[in-house]
Amino acid sequence: MTRYESLEDSLGHTPLIGLPKLSPKSKPGAPAVRLWAKLEDRNPTGSIKDRTALAMIEAAEKSGQLKPGATILEPTSGNTGISLAMVAKVRGYKLVCVMPENTSIERTQLLKMWGAKIIYSQPAGGSNEAVRLAKEIAAEHPDWVFLYQYGNPANTLAHYNTTGPEIFADLPEITHFVAGLGTTGTLMGAGKYLREKKPDVQIIAAEPRYGEVVYGLRNLEAGFVPELYDASVLTRRFAVGAEDSVRRVRELLNIEGIFAGISTGAILHAALGIAKECVDAGKGADIAFILCDAGWKYLSTGVYDQDGDVEAIEGQLWA
Amino acid sequence: MSSSVEVRIPTILRPYTKNEKAVSAQGVTLSEVISSLDSNYAGLGERLLENGELRRFINIYVNDEDVRFMGGLSTPLKDGDSVTILPAVAGGCK
Repeated sequence: MTRYESLEDSLGHTPLIGLPKLSPKSKPGAPAVRLWAKLEDRNPTGSIKDRTALAMIEAAEKSGQLKPGATILEPTSGNTGISLAMVAKVRGYKLVCVMPENTSIERTQLLKMWGAKIIYSQPAGGSNEAVRLAKEIAAEHPDWVFLYQYGNPANTLAHYNTTGPEIFADLPEITHFVAGLGTTGTLMGAGKYLREKKPDVQIIAAEPRYGEVVYGLRNLEAGFVPELYDASVLTRRFAVGAEDSVRRVRELLNIEGIFAGISTGAILHAALGIAKECVDAGKGADIAFILCDAGWKYLSTGVYDQDGDVEAIEGQLWA
Repeated sequence: MSSSVEVRIPTILRPYTKNEKAVSAQGVTLSEVISSLDSNYAGLGERLLENGELRRFINIYVNDEDVRFMGGLSTPLKDGDSVTILPAVAGGCK
């Protein structure tokens, strides 16, 4: 069924695409190791965050927290803001986003296009600083609705109820699930669902390792672990730098023809590492990973120029 | 035999390493490497550990993998391994 009553209704049901050329070759006689990409760019505003945004808004409407015409406040490095801005526009809410200054220009353009107001936070400290500032603003504006994706159970639930079941329905033989670690909502929600269905499934986190400015905290106590995070859901966790992420994004484009955003490169890097381990061990594997968004919002960074300089995104929040 | 590894130090801890971004340390486990760091750079160990455990806002990676999902402080190290210390921050596609 591909007919929907509205744009919101078309959320999810994204395709799971095989990567026949990028999946590593097994040793002779050994079972296949296959990589599968879940194309979350096929959501209404082009990212996995549509799931989070719609679920958080619907939960807040249901609880009575969100009333017609209300103002929503959210710290975001872009995608959640863009998703919220679309839903807010359609449902008649106002949106204020707190976003680090060092994100790509396209994110600002898209947010403004859907009518969101942007308050910029300092680049040093990255999303940490955006979260800190948003909490401060939330305290100053008790009438604004602070959805707070890092601690909102509706974020995890969105993936428990949709992302996880979709993957399991398409790939019941799944052995590994790899996703990005930000709010941790995708890994916690889809990870819990998959583990319930398949206790031996491995849940693997790929977190972006940014340039130094993002870790420029004033003190260690200013560190941050999202309230949603539950380490027991994860099997392994990798940090992936910009160079590896960009290399993988280019491979995805050149070898499979898939145009993904930079954070997907980090996830693919971790997935390929796991795939190689499985090949070396002579084990078969079906590794599903999340393609968070497409590359449109990152064209201005220049990373899709094959000779482009990776250092261009060093100081940016590229995921 | 002790292994020699390179340890990358985050900005916030560089006052302890005379502003060196990367230093070498010895040990066959992460725990030994942290002791080795602390004996060369007094006070650094205390910034990483609390009551014998990794501090909540400190993440340590061996060859890009988070040690909390490996052997923790007992994670074995071999010559040439890369150890990265980072403060826990909000990241990812959000």
